[in-house]
Amino acid sequence: MFRSLLRLQTQFGNTLLFSKVCQRSQHCGSAQKYSTAAAERKRFYQDVSISQGEGGLYEINLDRRKLKTPGGKLFTVPNEALAIAVATEWDAQRDTLKFYTMHLTTLCNTALDNPTERTKDQMISAALKFLETDTVCYRVEDPHGLVELQNNEWDPVLHWIENRYNVTIGSSCSIMGPEIPEATKDTFRQHLKSYNFWSLTGLEYVITQLKSVVLSMGMIDRHLSVEQAVLLSRLEEEYQIRRWGNVEWAHDYDMYELRARTAAGALFVHLSSESSTVKRKLLQD
Amino acid sequence: MAALSSPLRVCRGILKELRAIQGPGYKRSLAYGYVMDQFRKNKASLPPSNVTGERYCRAQQEAHHDSHTYLCLLESTRNHMLLHNLYHGKGERSPEEVAGLVGLRLPTQPGGKGWEK
Repeated sequence: MFRSLLRLQTQFGNTLLFSKVCQRSQHCGSAQKYSTAAAERKRFYQDVSISQGEGGLYEINLDRRKLKTPGGKLFTVPNEALAIAVATEWDAQRDTLKFYTMHLTTLCNTALDNPTERTKDQMISAALKFLETDTVCYRVEDPHGLVELQNNEWDPVLHWIENRYNVTIGSSCSIMGPEIPEATKDTFRQHLKSYNFWSLTGLEYVITQLKSVVLSMGMIDRHLSVEQAVLLSRLEEEYQIRRWGNVEWAHDYDMYELRARTAAGALFVHLSSESSTVKRKLLQD
Repeated sequence: MAALSSPLRVCRGILKELRAIQGPGYKRSLAYGYVMDQFRKNKASLPPSNVTGERYCRAQQEAHHDSHTYLCLLESTRNHMLLHNLYHGKGERSPEEVAGLVGLRLPTQPGGKGWEK
């Protein structure tokens, strides 16, 4: 079998906390990875590399051990780009492993382990439930500046998605939210069914983060960038920040975290659902 | 609404982030190789020398959006970490310090507490 090994060198030294304890077996090192909750895991590897295993799936190697999911399965990724991104995440860790910054790894683990054992249909229903309480559809009546902002920023996105998918989603000022007709939900359900399980995991994650189906679809369809989608999702907060001032340790912190998670989710969906081929065209003289 | 910055800017941004992650040896990393590869393949150029020979290439737009997304991911994780360490990274104080805040001291038991050896 042809195995292509790509090595990724790191410059920084590490603390090999487990060097004395662990034998170079595949089970010992990786299985301990997520078990200690209280103590902080130190970075116990120097190199991160990827290799291609059976079935064309890519695996991540930390030094010489293969990465495993928290559920104990081998960590495999369908395509190379995602594998490289995950390897970069692991390589970015310095003395301690900060799992809350490794969003792509977390998404892959969820897709591989599926700890709550959800089916595609369950995920689609959960995602569509957000449509009834979609951020973009909830409007206020005062203050006037916010109303204008909402109309100027959210209406175009609503129009875009209504045209793109041929559906009707209104906006409402009442606490009950807009009435979403069944036809709209069916259209979206059909569209979501076309995504594979991994992409659906990512998509549901993004919808949960942005609290809006409309904005998520806009971003996944590449109509909005990540920064734009996050801005629109936090529109009221941005309005209040402009009015009352910015608090870095809360507002910026939340914004960067939301951006990171949304970007990871979007990248995850795009990489899991695309496939690129190169067709050679005959040169015409 | 998809007015993204130019591919060159995005490429430079990603390389800056990679350099921040990996230090001086970033050019030898996997991510660097892959990113440069992708940018070369999808280069926006004039129609005569264009790789795909089309004026409006959907794959190019998709790749541009994806590169922007990856840049956003790298940049926001780094900023998030920065802010976390700046504001929330100090951890908890020990019981002695907490007592000292209000001017008290912890009691000492010569025989050790019940559960200590």
